[in-house]
Amino acid sequence: MTNDTAARDFIKVENVEMVFSTRKGSFHALRDINLGVTQGEFVTLIGHSGCGKSTLLNLIAGLLKPTSGVLLCDRREIAAPGPERGVVFQNHSLLPWLTCFDNVLLAVESVFGGREMKRKLAERTEAALVLVGMGHALDKRPHEISGGMKQRVGIARALAMEPKVLLLDEPFGALDALTRARLQDELLKIVARTKSTVLMVTHDVDEAVLLSDRIVMMTNGPAATIGEILSVVLPRPRERVELAEDADYVHCRKAVLDFLYRRQAHVERAAA
Amino acid sequence: MVSAVFHSPLASRQRAQDTRGDGAARSPVRAEVSKPARPSIPQDERVSVRRPTIDTRAIWLALLPPVIGFALLVGVWALLTKTGGAFPTPTETLVSAQKLFAHPFYRNGPNDQGIGWNILFSLERVGVGFGLAALVGIPLGFVIGRFAFASRMVNPLISLLRPVSPLAWLPIGLLVFKAANPAAIWTIFICSIWPMVINTAVGVQRVPEDYLNVARVLKLSEWKVITKILLPAVLPYMLTGVRLSVGTAWLVIVAAEMLTGGVGIGFWVWDEWNNLNVAHILIAIFIIGIVGLLLEQLLVGIAKRFSYDE
Repeated sequence: MTNDTAARDFIKVENVEMVFSTRKGSFHALRDINLGVTQGEFVTLIGHSGCGKSTLLNLIAGLLKPTSGVLLCDRREIAAPGPERGVVFQNHSLLPWLTCFDNVLLAVESVFGGREMKRKLAERTEAALVLVGMGHALDKRPHEISGGMKQRVGIARALAMEPKVLLLDEPFGALDALTRARLQDELLKIVARTKSTVLMVTHDVDEAVLLSDRIVMMTNGPAATIGEILSVVLPRPRERVELAEDADYVHCRKAVLDFLYRRQAHVERAAA
Repeated sequence: MVSAVFHSPLASRQRAQDTRGDGAARSPVRAEVSKPARPSIPQDERVSVRRPTIDTRAIWLALLPPVIGFALLVGVWALLTKTGGAFPTPTETLVSAQKLFAHPFYRNGPNDQGIGWNILFSLERVGVGFGLAALVGIPLGFVIGRFAFASRMVNPLISLLRPVSPLAWLPIGLLVFKAANPAAIWTIFICSIWPMVINTAVGVQRVPEDYLNVARVLKLSEWKVITKILLPAVLPYMLTGVRLSVGTAWLVIVAAEMLTGGVGIGFWVWDEWNNLNVAHILIAIFIIGIVGLLLEQLLVGIAKRFSYDE
């Protein structure tokens, strides 16, 4: 295999199937998932709730093991979570008894602790927090800062590990619209600077179109699979106000909306 | 699952009264009665407006009920003992207590020592028995909470042994240790270990999955998982267990000492009963209550210090 194909299939998901065995019996979450992500690409997973998009992310994170199929990251099989795949959790998951600094330091230590001095580790930690605009709150505990700030620290924790891939599980889902917009813009800037490969779960159409190079649209569960993949060919850097009237942007947005609310609408109809 | 949260009987009684009150409020009689009480409220408000720095009303509301409660207790006690008899009056008891506490640390041979010594000896036994229980119980709780196999192995045993009365354990202690003091400590150990085991185990089982996922993603070592995630997350549960255990230990010591003898508050109660000094027994009851209260408050304070905000 050449380096070139490795770059094209930096993350590779082949024929993945996921069946959960619960107390009530087995639940078929995902089937026939095939996906390749290029290095440096920003991919979002979108779908109705319960379509298994978070499950797919957890599989790539290594938090879950597939029932069948193979997942590769940088040509290595994903068997367990690893520092090369940084995860930002939906509900920030900061440890409430540690300060922002210590929360990030915990991640830094586990990746670089073996080979770097304490001083260097502290510098890395501070740099990561400054990168997400949290340099002022190093010694604050999570309950002392707002939801948006917590999510920033969560992103800093993932970034500080210098991961090859950044996995985000609805990172802005619990935030208000204005905070969300600001964090999206900052995420775009950070990703442009760090050239990270990003895989993000979302249920927000605008978020998906604004951030992604490709949007992976998933069919409704149970036994969900990838319904369609949309390439978003908008130039970067992207500016949300300008894009609002951009023809390509509107077209992409309409394509996703059409998929979610026309072709995969039966969840909504059943609920109504 | 065993709940780690224990409601005080007072709180549940309060709730029962509230629901009863709802029913009564619907009847017109009660509505009429409650009306005349209203005009008094603005008066109180006027007072608090004049002096905004001190909320006198809140202080009164906080202080008055317990004071009335104590006054009622002493009043009923005084009324019941007015006619005389074996039971001492509150005044007699107070005078007796003053004499007792004038020399709390005297020593007239091994069986006649001051009340201070008796309390300290009891506290020492509780400390040793409870300390050993914590030393064994908390790690055991961690193991049970972390490994489902251990949990299924030990849980039936705990369910079986936990409800056993402290006094049933005493003969076993006497048999094994062939001495009164270790037997009393053993009894405290075995009775106070369960709340710590159970609460620690529940705490470990309830560590949020998210935190453990964080540990997996960050590839933390088992040592880091224990010190940075499990221990802080479990600490509030553990301290609840410790608090309940200390309460149990203090309950058990009196019964154990009555049977084993020696120096200690429990033995002292029994001794005074043999002397028919009822006033001293009453004083002992107050002392036991107050020491128990202080122990509990101490641990509540520690628990508050170590609890975290979500």
